[in-house]
Amino acid sequence: MGVLDGKNVLIFGVANKNSIAWGITQALHDAGAKIGLSYAGGVLKKRVMPLAESLNIDFVEECDVLDDAAIDRVFEKAKAYFGGRLDVMVHAVAFATREDLEGKFSNTSRAGFGTAMNVSVYSLVALAQRARALMTEGGTILTLTYYGSEKVMPHYNVMGVAKAALEASTRYLAYDLGAHNIRVNAISPGPIKTLSAAGIPGFRDMLRFSEMASPLGANVTIEDVGAMALWLCSDAGKMITGQTLYIDGGYSIMGLPLGALEALEKKQDEPPKE
Amino acid sequence: MASTEERVREIIVDLLGIDPERIKPEARFKEDLEADSLDQVELIMKIEEEFGGEISDEEAQKILTVGEAVNYIETRMKS
Repeated sequence: MGVLDGKNVLIFGVANKNSIAWGITQALHDAGAKIGLSYAGGVLKKRVMPLAESLNIDFVEECDVLDDAAIDRVFEKAKAYFGGRLDVMVHAVAFATREDLEGKFSNTSRAGFGTAMNVSVYSLVALAQRARALMTEGGTILTLTYYGSEKVMPHYNVMGVAKAALEASTRYLAYDLGAHNIRVNAISPGPIKTLSAAGIPGFRDMLRFSEMASPLGANVTIEDVGAMALWLCSDAGKMITGQTLYIDGGYSIMGLPLGALEALEKKQDEPPKE
Repeated sequence: MASTEERVREIIVDLLGIDPERIKPEARFKEDLEADSLDQVELIMKIEEEFGGEISDEEAQKILTVGEAVNYIETRMKS
């Protein structure tokens, strides 16, 4: 008996086995949910297919979230696959051009800004519109965000601004969809080494620093995020909506991360490796 | 214990699903082994995982062939 037995779950944004969306997929699958997966583009197909097979997931659809007709098609197929009812939708979709993550935020182009917002933020609204129609018995919508929405993370740039808009969208969607008993929440994990993260210059520094600076002294894994997603989808989360929930080892509470300072000082005392 | 070259070959076979015979030192990831840009990112991630080190973005961009990857690991990642 799993807590999600009989529940239907549609997940957008699995890219490979390191994806946060994959950690969520595994957790919800293990809890008994029936899962459908959607991925962003052709190059991901060969990565997602074997993962889906490993869990016997038959529903694997490509979806360009900038294309409303493509979104409609995926939801049309999902409706048939799930017998008309969806219970959970997970949105793990974001994109910014490399140029916009490399330079200064102040140099962001109009086009780059628009792309980041459209792919990373409006996609949640577009998917939520379709999900609402299938969530006939209420439901849960989850999205993924990052602390760079609140505080400046060098290089995160336009993605930080997009995540701020995503978190605000989460609140407004939660308000609108509350009447349908649909909850909308954003999970904000500490840095995790995913394929997307590989596109953020200096990501290793973020990873190393967050480990040293967090009260719990460790980085978050996709399994940790999966477990959190599971309780948010279960009845344990039934009165939680519109929230940005941190799962970051406590990193975001620190004003002066002394642990990081001490670790850096200790490192300086060590003889160099090479 | 397997040599660096064997371990790298195993990573590439696993990642790209190609015939191990094609993985020669001079083979270029992109042109000869048909690795797309995501494969190349994943390759670096897997090498870091397997050999327990770090490869910066600038250095990763210089690793274009199988031989260059092995050489990098041998000279820069092994203690």
